[in-house]
Amino acid sequence: MNPKWMRFAPSLFGLLSLAAWEAAVRLAGVPVYVLPGPLAIIAAFFADPVGLLGSLASTLIVTVTALMTSATLGVALALAMSASRLARAAILPWAVVLQVTPIVAIAPLVIIWVGDPFTSLVVCATIVAFFPVFANTAAGLASAPAELNDLFRLYGASRRDTLFLLRLPAALPYFLAGLRISGGLALVGAVVAEFVAGSGGFASGLAYRILESGYRLQVARMFAALVLLSLTGIAINVGLGALDEALLRRRGETHNTRESVP
Amino acid sequence: MLTISSVGRRFPDGTVALRDASLRLESGDFIALLGPSGCGKSTLLRLISGLDRPDAGRLDWDGGRAPAAGEIGFVFQDATLLPWATAEDNVFLPLRLRGVSRQNAATDVRSALARVGLAGFEQSRPRQLSGGMRMRVSIARALVTRPRLLLMDEPFAALDEFTRHRLQQDLIALWQSIGCTIVFVTHSIYEAAFLARRVVLMTPRPGRIACEIASTLVPGPETRLEPGYAALVADITHAMGQALEHA
Repeated sequence: MNPKWMRFAPSLFGLLSLAAWEAAVRLAGVPVYVLPGPLAIIAAFFADPVGLLGSLASTLIVTVTALMTSATLGVALALAMSASRLARAAILPWAVVLQVTPIVAIAPLVIIWVGDPFTSLVVCATIVAFFPVFANTAAGLASAPAELNDLFRLYGASRRDTLFLLRLPAALPYFLAGLRISGGLALVGAVVAEFVAGSGGFASGLAYRILESGYRLQVARMFAALVLLSLTGIAINVGLGALDEALLRRRGETHNTRESVP
Repeated sequence: MLTISSVGRRFPDGTVALRDASLRLESGDFIALLGPSGCGKSTLLRLISGLDRPDAGRLDWDGGRAPAAGEIGFVFQDATLLPWATAEDNVFLPLRLRGVSRQNAATDVRSALARVGLAGFEQSRPRQLSGGMRMRVSIARALVTRPRLLLMDEPFAALDEFTRHRLQQDLIALWQSIGCTIVFVTHSIYEAAFLARRVVLMTPRPGRIACEIASTLVPGPETRLEPGYAALVADITHAMGQALEHA
């Protein structure tokens, strides 16, 4: 198969599917409040681009803030756990509790307790995004082979040297992989929290727009907000993937390539 | 250099890894610790390095002072290099941990790499090197601090036959030029016979030193073809058979 075709295959398949969708809803006469066609969705977006993009910005700010908070907290707690068995015993069960408790169940409480809407959303999204980056970093910090730890001991390395020259560099690929998962989860957490907050009347991000459009039977607008959410998720994933590749490539590592003996 | 007297080591799970091991290391020795898996060879090496402590017996260093960091070099079975660091940075590591600046270490690092035949590969990362080359970097890293004692734990076990023979030959040349003491753990009778001046035979369950065989061979490219080498292999094989029978 021509590689050029392979490259364009996903876009071509997507366009064909959209065309089929548009044709199907038109031919079958499906009402726009049940299933709008792609053209109606695009029209809904251009009917209020400022409102939808404003909501997108709001969701994005919550997502990015939550991702940065979860990365900072995750790394800090993983470091504490790697430094002390007591800290490990104290932290790990609570981290698991946070991970297994559904955010939909906690979000209303968080919103009541925290009060400030923006902070509430960030707290909810952080709870969802925290675990992968935390667990991966903790695994990465412990991933250096026992022989390398022995070598550092043999050469009288300080704890600081062992941390900065061995454990943190060993943890980097794990951290980046965790960050990529957490990026997607931060968006999910932000959207879930926005739904809960939106039900209580707090107008904010794209999830609220979906909720609002649902109440008004503006299904095309719902889809437009949904498409924006999907694109945001893809952008976060691609962006973090690029960061991952760039950082690992700088030190001669990539996920996909293995250099051979010269 | 070191007198090991009736040393024993029992692991927390109750396994007796080593019992009543006594050995004397002289300066400039090349000793092979030879025996099957589980006979305490690596345990003895870790006790000598200070990475582990004995439950019984004692290790007395000549002069009453245990070697400082960097006076003992250690080469593991795997090259155990930092995968993200270049060959140069890997060799620089022990000096860096001792607080030597990169600038001051540059000459020593390059000369250690050249000594193991890796001049020109300073900027290569472990992933770009073959198994034999990675092991050479590991040996250069152990040599860069100019250790008095070099401990090697089955360093060539994972390599192919050709690379192993080449590295054995190079190790002998290094030992002759540097003059440090080497304790080399192996489970290969042929490797022990080729490399060591003294072959210390160990038996398992519990790990013990069974006996010691001295070698007068002068290792070189043709050594493996000499009748003296075949006779030494036969001696060691016979002694090992007897030791295992009585174990």
